Amino acid sequence: MSHFARRIRYVVKRLLQAIPIVLAIVILNFLLLQLAEGDAVDVLAGEAGSATPEYMAELRAKFGLDQPLPVQLAVYLKNVMFFDLGYSFRHEMPVSELILDRMMPTLLLMVATITLAVGFGIFLGLVAAMGLNTWRDTAISIFALITYATPLFWVGLMMIVVFSLNLRWFPTSGMENFAMFYEGWDRVWDIAHHLVLPTITLSLFYLALYTRLMRASMLEQAGQDYVTTARAKGVTENRIMFVHVLRNALLPVVTMAGVQVGALIGGSVIVESVFAWPGLGMLAFEALFSRDLNLLLGIFLLSALLVVAVNLVVDIIYSTLDPRIEVS
Amino acid sequence: MTRLLDITDLHIALPADSQRPYAVQKMELHLEANEILCVVGESGSGKSLTALAVMGLLPKPHVHIAKGSVLFQGEDLTKVSDDRLRQIRGSEISMIFQEPMTALNPVMTIGTQIDEVFRFHDKMPGKERRRRALELLRDVQLPDPEQAIKAYPHELSGGQRQRAMIAMALALDPKILIADEPTTALDVTTQAQVLRLIKEMQAAHGTGVLFITHDFGVVADIADRVAVMQNGLVVETGTTDQVLRTPQHPYTQALIAAVPELTPRPSRARSPEIVMRVNKLEKTYRSGGGLFGGKGRIVHAANDVTFDLARGETLGIVGESGSGKSTVARCIVRLNDAEAGEILLGDTDLRPLGRAAMRPHRSKIQMVFQDPFASLNPRTRIGKIIAQGPIMYGASPEDAKKRTLDLLDIVGLDPRSYDRFPHEFSGGQRQRIGIARALALEPDILVADEPVSALDVSIQAQILNLLDEIRDRMNLSMIFITHDLRVAAQVCDRIAVMQRGEMIEIGPTSTLFASPKETYTRELLAAVPGKDWFLKGSSAQAPAT
Repeated sequence: MSHFARRIRYVVKRLLQAIPIVLAIVILNFLLLQLAEGDAVDVLAGEAGSATPEYMAELRAKFGLDQPLPVQLAVYLKNVMFFDLGYSFRHEMPVSELILDRMMPTLLLMVATITLAVGFGIFLGLVAAMGLNTWRDTAISIFALITYATPLFWVGLMMIVVFSLNLRWFPTSGMENFAMFYEGWDRVWDIAHHLVLPTITLSLFYLALYTRLMRASMLEQAGQDYVTTARAKGVTENRIMFVHVLRNALLPVVTMAGVQVGALIGGSVIVESVFAWPGLGMLAFEALFSRDLNLLLGIFLLSALLVVAVNLVVDIIYSTLDPRIEVS
Repeated sequence: MTRLLDITDLHIALPADSQRPYAVQKMELHLEANEILCVVGESGSGKSLTALAVMGLLPKPHVHIAKGSVLFQGEDLTKVSDDRLRQIRGSEISMIFQEPMTALNPVMTIGTQIDEVFRFHDKMPGKERRRRALELLRDVQLPDPEQAIKAYPHELSGGQRQRAMIAMALALDPKILIADEPTTALDVTTQAQVLRLIKEMQAAHGTGVLFITHDFGVVADIADRVAVMQNGLVVETGTTDQVLRTPQHPYTQALIAAVPELTPRPSRARSPEIVMRVNKLEKTYRSGGGLFGGKGRIVHAANDVTFDLARGETLGIVGESGSGKSTVARCIVRLNDAEAGEILLGDTDLRPLGRAAMRPHRSKIQMVFQDPFASLNPRTRIGKIIAQGPIMYGASPEDAKKRTLDLLDIVGLDPRSYDRFPHEFSGGQRQRIGIARALALEPDILVADEPVSALDVSIQAQILNLLDEIRDRMNLSMIFITHDLRVAAQVCDRIAVMQRGEMIEIGPTSTLFASPKETYTRELLAAVPGKDWFLKGSSAQAPAT
């Protein structure tokens, strides 16, 4: 029980520590985006073809863009405090609504990818390490090398060519088939069907990484003294591999996965574009080009929150796996 | 007597590109029930591989048994199936290792690790297994068995971990216990306790113990019979009395002669010139705490440490791990910054000096490090390692080279070493290089942090002699950090004993040995392995060499 209480205290402490971090990120993001040339009004005016300076000034005043920088920052911070992320002039929707709408597809893709990459990576690494220098090891190592070296967008395109266009097993793009108006389990099945190709594409690179890491980690741990001790106790080889070595070998993989979840949010832009997946990556991409700074800031904030949350989760998993890490 | 183990004509083959074809050759050895057989040898003698061969744990296929037999109660362990071998391991023959921290799985509780021994050999309900595990932990005298069974290895001290290892090894009351340097990584007082424990358990269960060690002190304390190994050959076997009193083989004689005796060196007149004075030195380490001011742990690594050092004398600082002896050394050399106190070199207080202000004084105090393998840059040639210092202090490259060659000669290395890399040298030779490097800057004070603890005993003696010789020749003062009172007795004029960051006793070596004032000093002296054998003066027991 005391252990449980300690863990709760640890989580609360970490959440409190996250507040200044998130605040710093918000301010930094705001200032960075100010450095970019042009604003939403420039883009709107440009698209309209012609706009008088008076009209542009009027628009700026309407959006609050004519205020001095500190005032804009203060207003923005105050709004963020109340979860008001502003209004996207481009999409003519509140930013928070837009983001929440796009967050689910991104989360779905992220979780599926990380699960697949980590799960299969660990499995393949394990198989390779256990059959060291056999054909299995060689095959897995070659597979890892090839997937590691292949560009994501090319894999995505080839997947579409092979599995969607030629074999017609999976849909080419999108997240669901709106035309069918599926409900309940049919809809879940439909989304899962759409999810397959993007997930595989995105996870291949990470899969290769974890496979190699897991293999190296298993081999390193298998040479440790405690393995000799376990053998000297008469423990079976299976138990040594799957209980003693595996748990120790997982630690570096978990650390690595934790670091990369953050990168995954950004890295999914390519895959989202290739598969027209309606996620945050795509949204950020569009927002950047239309100088929709409010929207961009909102996406940045959400990404920051996600990374902070994921780090916390990873740390908790890590402290469960490794008792040497103190949660206090 | 029942013969438990009978090793005949055992050859252990090494991989093709090794220095010698066999790690162990023509070995004949046997072990009776209820006896402790010590296998003694220096590093590389093949003693550990012998133990692994008996357990069937050789790192196959690179290292394997080429010839010979290992009979365990009539059953040839070199021929039995892997399954049978697995059955024997842990239940009939079990083993404990040198470093209990790495030998235990860091992410598994002690309880689970003991439980495995039961689970994989016997059918027993969980409750019964837990009861027996608790009983074992009580038998090996762990203070709180209920707590220990739930603890992870890192939560126990070194001695407690080794006790847990012993509990695990004795779980199924094996006929043979193989102990591979089980006390080498432990502090001297803990070592004495663990040796006593092994002896008690052995006597209570009638176990045959194959005890591997490099330390004749330990042999004297624990062994019934001794086998001495050199380069894979058993050069001498006999009862402890025979081997220690009348060693036959020249190698055994040399080894025993090299064991540092617990006899203080004759005292010399102390020079009136004081080169260094350390006053009320304080150093604390903090862990934990953080941005939000949580309470961290504070460890006093040096607490009110005061001593002085005369020209030409050797001051030993003795203590167990964590006593703060290395911290004091590192503070004096200014590798660590002390928080308070004075380090007076002549009239200058070194403690508050910044990097630039410290520079002119750096060359006056030089350090020799513990691990000769880790303390030399593997990518730098020996000549450069030694000459770098003088060149940095303004010597011309020609002068520095000349000086380096002189130093190589002084420390007894070939001048051709100048262009070699560290990996081409043995441990003892590397320590000579480390000493030459420290001497290159013509220091007044040499701080040696456990300079011989990584070395074999015969090499140890050579390095100690070298340090003595250099001190006399260059009129250096030396601060000698060690955990080994035997070594301290050999080289130190005065000894300071440290415990938990405090210098509890300081005095001339002979006085401190003859009439220690503090209880802890007495404990340390009493714990020195083999002191009854190797204490000169009781001439009846002195080994004939």
